Amino acid sequence: MSAAAVHSLWTTAATSPLKEQISKIDAPKIEYGQLSPTLIVIGAAVLGVLVEAFVPRKSRYYVQVFLAVVALAAAFAAVVGLAAGGDGTTKAHIAAMGAIAVDGPALFLQGVILLTGLVAIFTFAERRLDPEAHGNRVDSFAAQAASVPGSDSEKAAVKAGFTTTEVFPLALFAIGGMLVFPSANDLLTLFIALEVFSLPLYLLCAVARRKRLMSQEAAVKYFLLGAFASAFTLFGIALLYGYAGSVSYATIADVVDGSIQNIDPALADTMGNDALLLIGVAMVVMGLLFKVGAVPFHMWTPDVYQGAPTPVTGFMAAATKVAAFGALLRLLYVVLPGLRWDWRPVMWAIAIITMLGGAIVAITQTDIKRLLAYSSIAHAGFILAGVIATTPDGISAVLFYLGAYSFVTVGAFAVVTLVRDAGGEATHLSKWAGLGRRSPLVAAVFAVFLLAFAGIPLTSGFAGKFAVFKAAAEGGAGALVVVGVISSAIAAFFYIRVIVLMFFSEPKADGPTVAVPSPLTMTTIAVGVAVTVVLGLAPQYFLDLANQASVFVR
Amino acid sequence: MENLIALLVAAPLLGAAVLLCGGRRLDRVGHLLGTLLSAASFVIGVLLFTDMLGKSADDRTFTQHLFSWIPVEGFQADVSFQLDQLSMTFVLLISGVGTLIHIYSIGYMEHDERRRRFFGYLNLFLAAMLLLVLADNYLLLYVGWEGVGLASYLLIGFWQHKPSAATAAKKAFLVNRVGDMGLSIAIMLMFTTFGTFAFAPVLKAAEEHQGGGATLTGIALMLLLAACGKSAQVPLQSWLGDAMEGPTPVSALIHAATMVTAGVYLIVRSGAVFNASPDAQLVVVIVGSVTLLFGAIVGCAKDDIKKALAGSTMSQIGYMVLAAGLGPIGYVFAIMHLVTHGFFKAGLFLGAGSVMHGMNDEVDMRKYGALRKYMPVTFVTFGLGYLAIIGFPGLSGFFSKDKIIEAAFAKGGTEGWILGSVALLGAAITAYYMTRVMIMTFFGEKRWQPDAEGHEPHPHESPKSMTIPMIVLAFGSVFAGGFFSIGDRFLHWLEPVTEHSHGNAPISATTVTAATMVVLVIGVVLAYLQYGRRPVPVAAPRGSLLTRAARRDLLQDDFNHVVLVRGGEHLTRSLVYVDHTLVDGVVNGTAASVGGLSGRLRKLQNGYARSYAVSMFGGAALIVAATLLMRAV
Repeated sequence: MSAAAVHSLWTTAATSPLKEQISKIDAPKIEYGQLSPTLIVIGAAVLGVLVEAFVPRKSRYYVQVFLAVVALAAAFAAVVGLAAGGDGTTKAHIAAMGAIAVDGPALFLQGVILLTGLVAIFTFAERRLDPEAHGNRVDSFAAQAASVPGSDSEKAAVKAGFTTTEVFPLALFAIGGMLVFPSANDLLTLFIALEVFSLPLYLLCAVARRKRLMSQEAAVKYFLLGAFASAFTLFGIALLYGYAGSVSYATIADVVDGSIQNIDPALADTMGNDALLLIGVAMVVMGLLFKVGAVPFHMWTPDVYQGAPTPVTGFMAAATKVAAFGALLRLLYVVLPGLRWDWRPVMWAIAIITMLGGAIVAITQTDIKRLLAYSSIAHAGFILAGVIATTPDGISAVLFYLGAYSFVTVGAFAVVTLVRDAGGEATHLSKWAGLGRRSPLVAAVFAVFLLAFAGIPLTSGFAGKFAVFKAAAEGGAGALVVVGVISSAIAAFFYIRVIVLMFFSEPKADGPTVAVPSPLTMTTIAVGVAVTVVLGLAPQYFLDLANQASVFVR
Repeated sequence: MENLIALLVAAPLLGAAVLLCGGRRLDRVGHLLGTLLSAASFVIGVLLFTDMLGKSADDRTFTQHLFSWIPVEGFQADVSFQLDQLSMTFVLLISGVGTLIHIYSIGYMEHDERRRRFFGYLNLFLAAMLLLVLADNYLLLYVGWEGVGLASYLLIGFWQHKPSAATAAKKAFLVNRVGDMGLSIAIMLMFTTFGTFAFAPVLKAAEEHQGGGATLTGIALMLLLAACGKSAQVPLQSWLGDAMEGPTPVSALIHAATMVTAGVYLIVRSGAVFNASPDAQLVVVIVGSVTLLFGAIVGCAKDDIKKALAGSTMSQIGYMVLAAGLGPIGYVFAIMHLVTHGFFKAGLFLGAGSVMHGMNDEVDMRKYGALRKYMPVTFVTFGLGYLAIIGFPGLSGFFSKDKIIEAAFAKGGTEGWILGSVALLGAAITAYYMTRVMIMTFFGEKRWQPDAEGHEPHPHESPKSMTIPMIVLAFGSVFAGGFFSIGDRFLHWLEPVTEHSHGNAPISATTVTAATMVVLVIGVVLAYLQYGRRPVPVAAPRGSLLTRAARRDLLQDDFNHVVLVRGGEHLTRSLVYVDHTLVDGVVNGTAASVGGLSGRLRKLQNGYARSYAVSMFGGAALIVAATLLMRAV
């Protein structure tokens, strides 16, 4: 279309009868009530940016923490209100002109993300672990993220007592994106949500106060590989649009089922072409598998988990996984149920190599954060086993597992922030030797988390693993369960090795000390332990809850 | 009234709990409290007994359901009690004799600083034994059974500072475990065969021969194994002699009222199971007769007064097991002998304890002699017990043992002749070794000497708290048998539970009694000739081969050592070898290969973003290819 033609369109539109036609477009109908959790969080994030601009530097920290905590709590209350009002079950429907689904899985996962986000924010706000610098209390984040590590400007920023309070709005943006991700009901919303939660995470990874080069390296790697994966996803979305003529989940599902033959003559050449469908699905799924850290898209995980500031690691390890698995579930169960004979074998293979790969490589790790990274890879495999079940039980098992796992993860990384020596956190495993003798309470709490990771009975890890494996076995994936159990056995080795190291080794003379945290981190750890034990001892109520929440709206 | 049954168990159990948890502040009243609660149990028993006597023979089974213990769909275990004539007999014996032993212990343990704990254990022993005889199902019985095992372990090893006592306790516990395995296997078999382990349905099913002969024989033999453990029958007899390391009241309790009687109770209670399996019954009578002779022979050679009495217990329990193995001909007489034996054996042990009390804890009879002058009460009560056990006409043992010998003959056929002769031979040996004990202890010249530190023993009569129980028991030893037998009182009392048949005796009862009298006289005379006419040497003579073997308990420990200990050691060693080479090899090999794999895979993680991107790209390509391939296939 030439420039002149465009010009004429514009001008005629203003004056011609076409104007009438345009004015008839309805304003989009937005269900503000049902979208309120997301809106509250995003709104608070925007406010947070304004706070950075207008509130004096000294009080920013307090305002930001207050804002974030209130927003997350309010959003959680909104989720609970929606769920109590039946929006997750009987009144589940698709809101915002078909873009957002408000149903059981969405609300359940949003609740989990908000709660883990809330307890993770406490670790963000922790300012008692590091010694004071120039009379100012400092947190885990760089004084000024933009300054070059080791430069004069960094020193000046430290001396001036700067802190990167931007981490709070960034985290809120990430949480906002994560809230949309599992409830996205078309591919474009999915992609936008993906970017909204990924970009802040890339930034958050780069702002560690200690080991800044490593932190920046992790951020760059994460960003590069994340962009690479996003490109795949976007290309997959394009292919799926070519196949179905729409980005709406419902329409694609109908085309896959064959109930819609043709909607647009312009797409007659491509619509219904199975090659487009299969390639497109594979590429979109790949983007999601990258986010959950499944083998072979897991390579970023250990480097990023290790390099990122530990509170950020705990937050993203827990919340990203929840959001990404939610999106994966919706994609596979809502869009592609008609295609399950095509994707199941591939997902089988991925689940198996993810479980085994994560567990096996973790054995030789010497850094506690890398160890937990590989552990998270193995857990991604276990959850995939539940995803593959393709039964309602599979959905509820995955929901339960995600809830249980995220609290264990946030709690475990919170404990990692406590064990410190002169260089900051002492993450090398050799330094953890004999920790149980010096700080029995901290070591015992960490042992509880490790046992939960290992899936030992009376912890939430056992209940979750049992539910997932049971669903997988009933869904006809018995072989997968066998591999899962073998992987669990391998994984148990390195979890218990840490426990043995903590309790049965002689403490080193120059070993790390355990910092006494403020009530913030204590709350995080206490909530982690409480959830782990309660879900281990009395999982039934929460299993029932997950069961009620296990129906996707279409 | 039936609601009192639980109190029978609860009273001593409460005593055990209070005494064992109460701490030092109860030291001054602990023994009184323990005795009081034991007596309370006896009083409740008597109340229930009078109530039971007021009912007709068919209504004498009381039950009390306390609570559901393990309610799982097909597996219903209840804590409920059943009190019938058989249980009642045991309740009175256990709580009655038990209380007497409690009273005796007040004096006997006076100088022991752990007396409170001792009474706590005694109460625990009574509670466990009462639970055992009151349970209405085998699982609850098993609880009592294990409780008895525990209490006996604690009491035998009460003087734990003596290595010999600690070892003896361990030995008793271990040997009993073998029997316990038998009981647990029997219960499992019952459950898989009949779907229940409550007495009533199991015994009914056994009467109807459900489950087939082989299974029933299996259950019966496993029950017998259990009985052998608790009742010290061959081949599980070896713990009994060593158990004399415990304080003497414990020996009296184990031998008269609790523990060893449990096996006999189990066999009689499970009568229907044994009736259904003649093969198992044959094994029972063989075990009984072998033990009867075994114990008697051992009893002849021991110079330790308690060990001589221990051999005697083994032998007398052998009589009971023999009678129980005869089936309905013998059940009643097994229990009757058990009760009379309870009286005279408790009396004998308490007498032995009294003698030791006056003799600085000396146990070697060769260093006694002429004690009748120094301890007249002990002499008379012990003497009455002696007359009762050898079966002196008119005393308790005469009636009960005579009935068993008659029943053995009444078994009929060659078997009857053999069993009857063995029982007669046993009676002769009993007369011999008991006369030997009597003469060596109370008659002849005094043979005691100063001990290593120069203290000369000053034999003296024991305090009232010790002599009164002995006198009461002596009354029982004299009159119980006659009371039970005249008019067949005991037979009529127990018959509704155990059933009774007369068998077909090849010789008349009078002949049997006459023969018993003859062998009795022979035994007594032989012993008199050997020990009464000549002075007893203070140092034991070398003796014949049999004597030396009998002194070593007929080589029971040597046998166990060679066959079981050595064999076990070899088995363990070979298993350890297999474990080290094969199992560990596989395990360590797996671990090493997983570790090696881990090290190699780890190198893929090289830190370069480009390599990671390649891996992702390769993965994506594979996924796409695989998805397309799936469709093509």
